[in-house]
Amino acid sequence: MSVAAQKRYTAKDFKSAVKPIWCPGCGDYAVLNALAKALAELGRPPEEIAVVSGIGCSSRIPAYTSVYGFHGVHGRALPLATGLKLARPDLTVIVTGGDGDGFSIGGNHFLHACRRNVDLTYVVMDNQVYGMTKGQASPTTPPDWEGSKLTPEGTGVNPFQPLAIGLAAGANFVARCFSGDPNNMAAILLEGIRHPGFSLIQVLSPCITFRPEQMEWKRVVRTAPVDFTEDAARAARRLMTDDGFNVGKVLYRGSRPAYAHERPARATSLAELEREFSL
Amino acid sequence: MALRSVSIALAGSGGAGVVTAGAALQEAAARAGWHALMSRSAGPQIRGGEAAALLRLAARPVSSHGDAFDILVALDWNNIERFAGEMPLAPGSIVIGDPMQGEPPDSIAGAGARMLAVPMKDIARAVGGRPNMVALGLLAAMIGLPEAAIVAVLGRSLARKGAEVAGASTAALRAGIQAAADLPRMPLPAPSPAASGMRWNITGSEAIAMGALRGGVRFVAAYPITPATDVLESLAAALPGLGGTLVQAEDELASINQIIGASWGGVPALTATSGPGLSLMTESIGLAVAAEVPVVIVDVMRGGPSTGIPTKSEQSDLDIAIHGLHGDAPHLVVAPVSIGDCLFATQWAVALAEALQAPAIVLGDQRLGQARAVIERPGDFVFAARRMVYEGGAEAAAYRRYAITASGVSPMARPGGAGGQYTADGLEHDEAGVPSSRAADHAAQLDKRARKLECHDYGEHWAVIEGEGELALLAWGSSVPPCREALERLREAGKPARLVAMRLLSPAQPEKLARALAGVTRVLVVEQSHSGQFHRYLRGSFDLPGEVRSLHRPGPLPIRPAEVCDAVRGWAMP
Repeated sequence: MSVAAQKRYTAKDFKSAVKPIWCPGCGDYAVLNALAKALAELGRPPEEIAVVSGIGCSSRIPAYTSVYGFHGVHGRALPLATGLKLARPDLTVIVTGGDGDGFSIGGNHFLHACRRNVDLTYVVMDNQVYGMTKGQASPTTPPDWEGSKLTPEGTGVNPFQPLAIGLAAGANFVARCFSGDPNNMAAILLEGIRHPGFSLIQVLSPCITFRPEQMEWKRVVRTAPVDFTEDAARAARRLMTDDGFNVGKVLYRGSRPAYAHERPARATSLAELEREFSL
Repeated sequence: MALRSVSIALAGSGGAGVVTAGAALQEAAARAGWHALMSRSAGPQIRGGEAAALLRLAARPVSSHGDAFDILVALDWNNIERFAGEMPLAPGSIVIGDPMQGEPPDSIAGAGARMLAVPMKDIARAVGGRPNMVALGLLAAMIGLPEAAIVAVLGRSLARKGAEVAGASTAALRAGIQAAADLPRMPLPAPSPAASGMRWNITGSEAIAMGALRGGVRFVAAYPITPATDVLESLAAALPGLGGTLVQAEDELASINQIIGASWGGVPALTATSGPGLSLMTESIGLAVAAEVPVVIVDVMRGGPSTGIPTKSEQSDLDIAIHGLHGDAPHLVVAPVSIGDCLFATQWAVALAEALQAPAIVLGDQRLGQARAVIERPGDFVFAARRMVYEGGAEAAAYRRYAITASGVSPMARPGGAGGQYTADGLEHDEAGVPSSRAADHAAQLDKRARKLECHDYGEHWAVIEGEGELALLAWGSSVPPCREALERLREAGKPARLVAMRLLSPAQPEKLARALAGVTRVLVVEQSHSGQFHRYLRGSFDLPGEVRSLHRPGPLPIRPAEVCDAVRGWAMP
């Protein structure tokens, strides 16, 4: 272990001087703080960590950290992080974003990231709204929400169930937390980062600008009544009957080995490959 | 002297084994010292349907088909009309059919070729073999290819199918050779063997893969698409042994982002696709421009738009490759000028992408990619240009990823490196990478990204220039080989001309082209697209001297050398 790695870090070491664009009261501030705290506890130096994101309010997080960051295009954070982690397995790679980025435009990547099970930690700040574009319904918005001029009578479409779907698709670690409890969130983020394979963490992170009613979440959320299970079928049953407000616990811990490339026993050279064509 | 060659088309229903027989003929000729080209033509069927192996054999390098086929052997006539246009016949051609399979269609019978009948199916049945091997025997006898050369190739390719299959194949081959006793001869010129290892027998797709690997690509993301899958499969086989990785992605949106992530992590990365996939990737190629991440995207072009003609060639992705990104997004577009050049062009594209921290699109096509040809072993090219990596140091705290430099290139930190932390961003940013919507930052970063590509010295690789004359052929990609053959014919006919085969399509090099065309009074632009995309691009971005004409048409029918010659001959001097 390097000298740097033995240093004791504080959350401050993982935050940059860039001022967030978020509204006052946004839940994402707490997520940034919890992430910085989790990374300090992880103990790896900032340069050995990468945070990758797409587009949206929460996807701005990378620039607010002191680690390597990539703020890519809308919906494609997971494949970018997949390429990074497979090319550089030595790095700790965390993916951050929102519900629209992850479950709508990026929905296909979400499914395949779960099933591929690359060792990534995916933190989704779910506020059930597109905030950056000023308040449209997202995949997790209830069907009768009438707050958007785009869907003034509500979407009429049932919300996406990220954790149930993530579990069914093969996520190896599933948890939900609330931005109003940053210490608990930091502990769960750290656990997700340490867990091998694809860790899915949904953070209920209120948007008080476009969904002011979410200020009530702090009264609605409850600590999940049971501890995690390693039985995917049991976890699925719990998630199917869950109202979305059981927070603060890991719900599922799987033991599938993380995706990795088999290396052949013997290396080949370019010269050997060329012989295949040689006359 | 004009290229002396023998062109052969071997056609039949899918599963009849025409491609197997054609491939054996091509390889046997290659191993016996001839130059040989084989391309495949297939319909859309997954299994079954019609197929043809199109071969051209000569003592000198052949990189494209000629004007007509000297011999057509049809195992049957089912659906042959669907691609009869790809197998033009001349009055001196010989057509061999099996009388048991009925009459040839009018399109074949009416070509004025000599029609002959050989009961290939009966001959095969008599020896327990298959008609495709009988056809192979007929062809070998007619062109004078030694039996032993074919038996050796069959022995290798059929070894895993067991002695019985190999024995039956050889018996059918010999029966075909005997059945050819009364057939006319169309002998190959004497072979021109080379020392062992001096020549390769390779497809364009394999050459693209080798170019990528020689260029240092060690991460590939792959989504299957015809006709690019061949490139990806070659890379899949080779990468693990070289310490590299290939991942099958969920779609092309994922492929392009995976390679951006891998390359940003410091590992040269590539993906290969075709038109529909390139369309999906364009947003993220723009990300690689803005975030300055080197990536290489190989587009093995097929007929478009939309799903188009997946199995057949066209040069109609030029517009999207050059102009398809939103915003002002300078990037590289490189195109191989022959099957062999697929290696060089791809390796060069990797080097340029790495050195200029920009995406490079390599425009191959089905015609180059799925054809196999004998080429001179490519040299071991070494490009001096490398990725400029930030090494950290005393000033680490002040690292600015997108620093404004004279060349436009700024050192790129590699995750893991202390002091180099920054956030790569598709948002416009300042020199440190912090998002910015200030006019001055936007202008400075746009200038920086444009300057990188404009200031680079592309040397002589931007084009291949041959010949001298006041008339110039201006072509790119798979339209170059027929132009090269036309150039030779024109020279012999006392009408010397010049050929400029453009390998670097973007950024445009107008001064270099002007120098290459010095003294030229007439320019014939040759390409395979319906709307003349290359011609329009040249008109918009270059100054062309004198009178300019355009020879263009859509795929899948290739441009033939005679068409180029005719266009030149029909162009009366003022």
